[in-house]
Amino acid sequence: MLIAGIDMGGTNIDGVIIRNGSLHKAVKHQVNHDDVLHSILACLQDLLRDVDEGNLERINLSTTVCTNAIVEDKVSQVGLILQQGPGLQWQFDRMGDYLRYLSGSVDHRGKLVRSIDKEELEQVRQEFSDSPIEAIAVVSKFSPRNPTVEEQVHQLFADAYEHITLGNSISGRLNFPRRVETSYLNAATYKTFNAFADHMRKALSEKQIKAPVYILKADGGTIDLEGAAAKPVETILSGPAASCMGMRALLSPDNSDSCLLDVGGTTTDIFFLVDGVPVFEPQGIEIDRRKTLVRAIYSVSIGLGGDSHVRFVEGDLQIGPERLGNAVAFGGEEITPTDALVYLGAMEGQYPDKSHQALKRVAGQEGIMPGELALTIVAKMCSMIKNRIGDSLRKINSSPVYTIKELLEDRVVKPGSIGIIGGSAKALAPYLEESLSLPVNCPEYFAVANAIGAALAKPTVEINLFADTEREIMSISELGVYEKIDKNFDLAEAKRIALAKTREAGRALGLDEIQSEAEIVEAGSFNMVHGYLGADKNIRVKAQIKPGLLTGDR
Amino acid sequence: MQAKNTLGLILFPAFDWAISPTHPEREERLLYTQDQLLEEGIEDVEGIEFHNPAIALDKDINRVHFCYPDAKTLLTESHYIASGGVMKAFDLVLGGTTDKSFALVRPPGHHAQRVVYGDRGFCIANIEAVGLEYARQKYGDMRVAIVDTDCHHGDGTQDIYWNDPDTLFISFHQDGSTLYPGTGFVDELGGPGAYGCNINIPLPPNTGDQGFQYVLEHTVLTILSEYKPDLIINSAGQDNHYTDPLTNMNFSAQGYAALNHSLNPDIGVLEGGYSIQGALPYVNTGIVLAMAGLDYSGVYEPDYHLGKWKQSDKVTKQVEEIAEAVYQLWQKRKELGARKFGGQKSVKRQRRVYYDTAGIMESQVQEFKVCRNCPGVNSIISQNDQGAKIMGITVPRQACPSCQREGYRLFSEANKAHYNQIYLQDQSKDQYQVRIPTRR
Repeated sequence: MLIAGIDMGGTNIDGVIIRNGSLHKAVKHQVNHDDVLHSILACLQDLLRDVDEGNLERINLSTTVCTNAIVEDKVSQVGLILQQGPGLQWQFDRMGDYLRYLSGSVDHRGKLVRSIDKEELEQVRQEFSDSPIEAIAVVSKFSPRNPTVEEQVHQLFADAYEHITLGNSISGRLNFPRRVETSYLNAATYKTFNAFADHMRKALSEKQIKAPVYILKADGGTIDLEGAAAKPVETILSGPAASCMGMRALLSPDNSDSCLLDVGGTTTDIFFLVDGVPVFEPQGIEIDRRKTLVRAIYSVSIGLGGDSHVRFVEGDLQIGPERLGNAVAFGGEEITPTDALVYLGAMEGQYPDKSHQALKRVAGQEGIMPGELALTIVAKMCSMIKNRIGDSLRKINSSPVYTIKELLEDRVVKPGSIGIIGGSAKALAPYLEESLSLPVNCPEYFAVANAIGAALAKPTVEINLFADTEREIMSISELGVYEKIDKNFDLAEAKRIALAKTREAGRALGLDEIQSEAEIVEAGSFNMVHGYLGADKNIRVKAQIKPGLLTGDR
Repeated sequence: MQAKNTLGLILFPAFDWAISPTHPEREERLLYTQDQLLEEGIEDVEGIEFHNPAIALDKDINRVHFCYPDAKTLLTESHYIASGGVMKAFDLVLGGTTDKSFALVRPPGHHAQRVVYGDRGFCIANIEAVGLEYARQKYGDMRVAIVDTDCHHGDGTQDIYWNDPDTLFISFHQDGSTLYPGTGFVDELGGPGAYGCNINIPLPPNTGDQGFQYVLEHTVLTILSEYKPDLIINSAGQDNHYTDPLTNMNFSAQGYAALNHSLNPDIGVLEGGYSIQGALPYVNTGIVLAMAGLDYSGVYEPDYHLGKWKQSDKVTKQVEEIAEAVYQLWQKRKELGARKFGGQKSVKRQRRVYYDTAGIMESQVQEFKVCRNCPGVNSIISQNDQGAKIMGITVPRQACPSCQREGYRLFSEANKAHYNQIYLQDQSKDQYQVRIPTRR
């Protein structure tokens, strides 16, 4: 069976065909950002040349359609309707010109404190009706506990708008300001992404390609094209996830803690695996200075790469964060870490003589030997990476826990090895190994690691189940589940349902029985005691299908 | 959103610990507080950081308490963690990580006295005192004011700092004649080494926002400006709230936030408060915002209507009288102290202490040496109705050489035959010893 994986980067679009788990074919094209679809189709066409399309199982795509729309502010006008209620009053700016607040509120238990004012809402509807609004987003505080307010707004606006994002559908996790930002972005990218998806479907059907299309998410998982079209915000910033998943596929790390580095020309991305699974951002990813609830692999990017600008400022060696151009060894003007590695014989350059001369010149200005300069540059680069890894680990290891068990266990993430890809990876590896006192592994083929990562990423699902036996309700916001339960509903039942629903969602995304194995991430049941009337239960269960590789993790 | 004051939050709800499944001090207690703080997006406010608690060691407990038979037997992991949470709160502020900190931990601690046989008022370890004494050993001596805004008298904290002139303890609470633990009257002013540094402001039932703010402005802030503490701690119990099931006061989230704003404490510590749905989420959010210097005017309870909880004129008058009486005592503390203790070499204090949660009755005699050079070495002889009898000797942090020697002499000369255990708490050298006599 064949899987096509396509990764869109800033300059290149890479494609791979994976055949029975091994790399069969790889292509590289330039991206035309003005016509993303065309770039993808050209890449796909190239990929599928001489390949039997009938054997194509799926097409996995990491796309920048939504990311670019957001960063370049080419998004739809959104009518944003918020019910903020009592509490901290966030100022939501950068949400376009159509932001309205509703009165009324829901409390932390999901009890309706005061319902919305119908007249007030009707007034909003009229104001919006004569405007260029293309989509609506409605978010109320505590909507994952009670979506009534959002549903009421939906009912009133459904006829007039093609798309309405309801905050409760975004995530079952509580964070009103992030839910607002995420819902806004979802509504704002809806039209762009759906236009892209329509064209994609049409083009594929014209080419008689029947394989389903999946879109890579920032959490290293995929979502089918239909799912992505309904929740386009899920497709933002999938680039780092492609890189992380690609490294996982190439390095096949064991189930221990490790650190993955993608050393590019301008930046170095750092990821961590705990027990072999990527560490996530605690709340969600940030895009264009907006904090979202979009689940994402934790990645740290530093302005340090093979082409970073190297110079002395008052005798102090500085590297990056800017890149002035190629290394001298590859036709540039100013020396870079790559030139240092070329001087040390760790890698080969196109113009080694020019590179050596440039390095000697800088060394002469600073009154040191060129060999010493080269070593100093590489050592500095290693120590910058080392420090950043240390900072990130401190952050990860101090993330809050809420149970005595977790606090006493004190699970400390401590990488036992480093994986590295990128242009200068192989050359840098031995130096990094010495600096970090850890084994550093560099895979053979990493030029198309991101496309491999995209190709092999499997669908992921995360759900938050909430049940309240006093109110006799159970909800799974992510799946739109709101059901009545009886008083005897308990944690065991909640876990069973959470696992079943997660698996079911996984199967719907095309996972087989083994791949759709779900796990409980958090589970708690709290006695709610009122007087002597006995206790009800407040139950919370988080379940997931964690990110992994379609070929199975070795 | 940017906090004006950087604030470290130690939110540790201990979701796997309860005194018993239906006890007010159960897993659910901080659940809705956490929900509220998460939903408000507090984690995303620039300048507010979440931290895990530290875990206190036995030494941290023994610095403050005489635990019988020992700390390990009496405390659960949750007590070590709640204490450690407050230690972390001190580290954050005194180590310069954040301007302020707030430990939202459980169980509370302000009913835990120097001697501990078991649980009193849901408290075993006095978490503020454990944190403060840890901080004094680590960062050096400092003058500290603890303002206890729990509805119950902070009798444990009062007992621990009874004779410490460097710790000003001020407790606002519902009048002890109407509520547990039945102490905290205005004439409980402290031992001979610290007379006047223990201040009780018993308030009549149904005191509302107006009354608390009056007491704060009229009495507490004035006293604080004269005492000039290096650090202010707010023991932020939340059971003065109008929805609290165990008390009879009419304080609101707005009132708590405004009080915290005016008091401007460096460190907040959650104490009691068992209206876990109706009060805690709102009061805690209000305090967090007030401490961070953010606008808390939007924080109010679903059933909060202006005027509904307004206090009566009668209560207002009573509150004003008490506030004035307390201030008068504060002003006259030196002459009152001289009159009370003048010419005495030592002062004895006899008390009975009931452990409501554990069901133990204790009787004790404390003896404070009156010393011109320091607060004075002091001792406790205590026995309980379960057959335990102990002696505890405290050499205070500020002890003079003579009181230090005296402490060790008392410890070595105590008649072994009389006690199950003899303790030496040498706070001046940060050394803690126990003698367990062989069976009589």
